[in-house]
Amino acid sequence: MSEAKGTGRVKRGMAEMLKGGVIMDVVNAEQAKIAEDAGAVAVMALERVPADIRAQGGVARMSDPDMIEKIQAAVSIPVMAKARIGHFVEAQVLQSLGVDYIDESEVLTPADYENHIDKWDFTVPFVCGATNLGEALRRINEGAAMIRSKGEAGTGDVSNAMQHMRKIGGEIRRLSSMREDELYVAAKELQAPYELVKEVAQSGKLPVVLFTAGGIATPADAALMMSMGADGVFIGSGIFKSGNPAQRAAACVKATTFWNDAKVIADASRGLGEAMVGINVADLPAPHRLAERGW
Amino acid sequence: MKVGVLALQGDVREHISALIACGINPVEVRRPSELEDVDALVIPGGESTTIAQLSEIFDLYQPIKNRIDAGMPVYGSCAGMILLADSILDAKQGQKTFGGLDITVRRNAFGRQVDSFETDIAFADGSDQLTRAVFIRAPWVEKVGSGIEILATVDSHPVAVRSKTLFATSFHPELTADHRIHRYFIEEVARPALEKVK
Repeated sequence: MSEAKGTGRVKRGMAEMLKGGVIMDVVNAEQAKIAEDAGAVAVMALERVPADIRAQGGVARMSDPDMIEKIQAAVSIPVMAKARIGHFVEAQVLQSLGVDYIDESEVLTPADYENHIDKWDFTVPFVCGATNLGEALRRINEGAAMIRSKGEAGTGDVSNAMQHMRKIGGEIRRLSSMREDELYVAAKELQAPYELVKEVAQSGKLPVVLFTAGGIATPADAALMMSMGADGVFIGSGIFKSGNPAQRAAACVKATTFWNDAKVIADASRGLGEAMVGINVADLPAPHRLAERGW
Repeated sequence: MKVGVLALQGDVREHISALIACGINPVEVRRPSELEDVDALVIPGGESTTIAQLSEIFDLYQPIKNRIDAGMPVYGSCAGMILLADSILDAKQGQKTFGGLDITVRRNAFGRQVDSFETDIAFADGSDQLTRAVFIRAPWVEKVGSGIEILATVDSHPVAVRSKTLFATSFHPELTADHRIHRYFIEEVARPALEKVK
């Protein structure tokens, strides 16, 4: 075998290197530097954080290439960017800019309400959101090299992230306890390919790295998601919509590494100033819930 | 031999599995007391800026440096190579390393993730079999000082180097099922060094 780019191992391996880390949403080079200095393992470059997309409404799209390039020039850590669900041309543009990971994201307005991007077609790896195991496996079947539980972006309310992590974990545990001849029906029920279902049943985990996103706003939130089995966390609006972003960012990084040490989390939580105000997911009318985008 | 894997961030689990396959029972190292307990250390792949920073915050930076100076065998893959280098290029401003290897390493030298690749390389452990090497936003060694042995190259750039007790690769052997590189660290770097101390 000779040299090969964009193989499954190279794409999934990139996500393995992010494990135990925090990926932060940033909207300009200055924020990207704050994130890098705080110990972020990567930044997500986008024009508006989810909380603002929610507040301002309208169609949310891929970011301006100029803005992405400025962020790439400002930091040495990986830079990710979001494409709309099914918008493979936005993804081609992001790949041509050399972004390190594409998030095919429900936070942006979907471009296709039936099909996701055929991610096998790309050299750059993709991360996709999921609310349950079937959805995660459908995305992996389309070529996603990393999964994040969706939560409810831009709320600062961690309850949906919790619900999605419990759901994914619970469905994996259920598969692991099944007889092999029951996996065919399980695959049908999960609406996921049998081969992937069998792989999960045998290994007891997803075949790719699983991060958590959507509503994480405090160090304790980050640690909570790590204890639910997340490999790492995405923090969107939670950092730069808070009173002291640099300190909060560093605190979330600490709590993610020492998620099982309450004393470290307590120290990290001291004197952080105001957290993002937040919205209770229960108060959001169903059409405004982002997690329901993607299928 | 008690081998630790620095578990602040990165692909810790993969290194642990590779070490277990080599007959080692590794432990995770996050605290100074855990570092004191190990004879040798593996620094995993991950984000070198994050790992360096967490090591400072959690009082591991100076103890690791001291252990390296005192001759503890260490293997670093990718970010681990960067952290073992005396000097780095394309670094974040003010980025620190533990150092110990008299080499200059260029971060992300092979390019961004779209340029990441896997390939077969020759590794100078006495075997003429090639090994599959996975390079992810990988660094390369730009300059080697005295007493540095080059064990593998890609396009004439050194990608595996060692001194007496320190060993580093810019690729990720922990992502493949071939555990030859980890075995090399255990049998050819760590064991001889530790036996000498005894």
